[in-house]
Amino acid sequence: MENQALIQMATQVRRDIVRMVHGAASGHPGGSLGCADLLTLLYFEEMQLSPDQFDMNGTDEDLFFLSNGHISPVWYSVLSRRGYFPVEELATFRKLNTRLQGHPATEEGLPGIRIASGSLGQGLSAAIGAAQVKKLNGESTWVFSLHGDGELQEGQIWEAAMYAPHHGVDNLISFVDCNGQQIDGSTDDVMNLGDLAGKWAAFYWHVLTCDGHDFDALRNAIAKAKANRGSGRPTVVLMKTEMGKGVDFMEGTHEWHGIAPNDDQLESALSQLQSSHADY
Amino acid sequence: MVNSRYIETLTPEVSKDTRSGFGEGLLQAGQANENIVGLCADLTGSLKMGGFKKAFPDRFFQVGIAEANMMGVAAGMTIGGKIPFTGTFANFSTGRVYDQIRQSIAYSGKNVKICASHAGLTLGEDGATHQILEDMGMMAMLPHMTVICTADFEQTRQATLAVAEHEGPVYLRFGRPKVPVFMRSDAPFEIGKAQILTEGNDVTIVATGHLVWEAMLASQVLLERGIRAEVINVHTIKPLDGKTILDSVKRTGCVVVAEEHQRIGGLGALVAQLLAAHCPTPMRQVAVEDSFGESGKPAQLMEKYGLNAKAIEAQVEDVMRTATAVL
Repeated sequence: MENQALIQMATQVRRDIVRMVHGAASGHPGGSLGCADLLTLLYFEEMQLSPDQFDMNGTDEDLFFLSNGHISPVWYSVLSRRGYFPVEELATFRKLNTRLQGHPATEEGLPGIRIASGSLGQGLSAAIGAAQVKKLNGESTWVFSLHGDGELQEGQIWEAAMYAPHHGVDNLISFVDCNGQQIDGSTDDVMNLGDLAGKWAAFYWHVLTCDGHDFDALRNAIAKAKANRGSGRPTVVLMKTEMGKGVDFMEGTHEWHGIAPNDDQLESALSQLQSSHADY
Repeated sequence: MVNSRYIETLTPEVSKDTRSGFGEGLLQAGQANENIVGLCADLTGSLKMGGFKKAFPDRFFQVGIAEANMMGVAAGMTIGGKIPFTGTFANFSTGRVYDQIRQSIAYSGKNVKICASHAGLTLGEDGATHQILEDMGMMAMLPHMTVICTADFEQTRQATLAVAEHEGPVYLRFGRPKVPVFMRSDAPFEIGKAQILTEGNDVTIVATGHLVWEAMLASQVLLERGIRAEVINVHTIKPLDGKTILDSVKRTGCVVVAEEHQRIGGLGALVAQLLAAHCPTPMRQVAVEDSFGESGKPAQLMEKYGLNAKAIEAQVEDVMRTATAVL
């Protein structure tokens, strides 16, 4: 896909995010906006998908696992825009009887979701398990996962990190949303993550870094990661992002991690996000 | 009257550990279905998973001492159609990983079989850190979860095979010590269907796990005193076979529930809820009274904490006095 087309779609995804969170008067806009570019690239260019015939097993498809489930708005938007379910359903986000639960779930049968997430630190293990099955089944497809940087404070992440290279999982590409923010403040202040590249390298992963808002850089990172197949080791992409990207008053602050814009703020946000696509 | 459909012998000469029944069942299930995979957190020998590992090295995954990751990897392996069996001690299969099971397995409806050995006091000398007595309650509270606790070697083997055929998350609980093998290897076993092992009209004894054999012993002693006990083996804690229990209790008018578990939250609590709603009946429990365990030999611990045939007999006599007084 042309970068210009990706930008148009990512901008529409950002419009969906702020409108969904405004409509529900709750949700997590900051991290969602920060990951809009990655998810747009994955779902509209990189991943081999069958959105018309969603199948839980995902045989011969690429799989995506959202471990930091609180940024569900960006995932729901991208899934609907890619054809997994009607975009009109985005209006039900976080409302009673919705399939678009506050955090992603399989319970209501929303196409595109393969496991619940929200309680942090669990998605890497699940992605690794799914990747191992693809290897067992002789598939050449890929598994992608996304994690928050704050989420790396969870111990289970490092249990999983130790496990994957030990078992030769090299069909997995994990992204870390390095926005340096978490609920109580910056990651430096709350619980310093230290040398993340060094930590992953010490766990025997391939480590790449890139700008999470630059489609060429993301594309390049994915290509490099895919070249690691056969090495017996997975790849982590430390993706530098800005929380709240695209809405000036939400950018770069943890304040917009988990609150909804009011009517005036919504109007201001949408005026900054002009897309050629239509709103739901 | 002893039900010979289920009972092989009342004078068993062979004792085996229930975990070995799991190991044998897992190997048989693995031979029957190539989608079955095994995961173990550094306790392959203790869980008796060595046979499966040897037969299917490509389908066995050593996870190391990282139970949270094991539950997550198992959940992920269901995506693509595998049927993962996780193996570790009951303590590390439940309390240590409750949130992983809750979100990634139960809420996500994943077809993971959580196989838990060394449950309860009969773990013995390792003491209270490892003697989980809350696991059945924790697991039974989770929506979508099936909870099974088996009585002997043969039943554990059968349950493992049944679990492999069952679609959905299961908690399968068994134990460490060698206990008498008294069940028939071809006994009908159906998840969710309790087994009436002896018929009687004087008192109902509902038991699960290691307490089932103790209930059988108690029923024989009681018979010598003229008391005909109906012993029901509730191998499936959830879904509970309420009909079989209620039908029995309506005839006997009193019940004792026996389990190697905390009194709060276990089988006894579930039976009490059932009776309160449908058939209020005098009831007693043989269970651990809101305390932790301690080091000791299994038989010593079961004696000290009142979890054996003698304790069941005492509770039967007590509940029958109450039931008579009510009449």
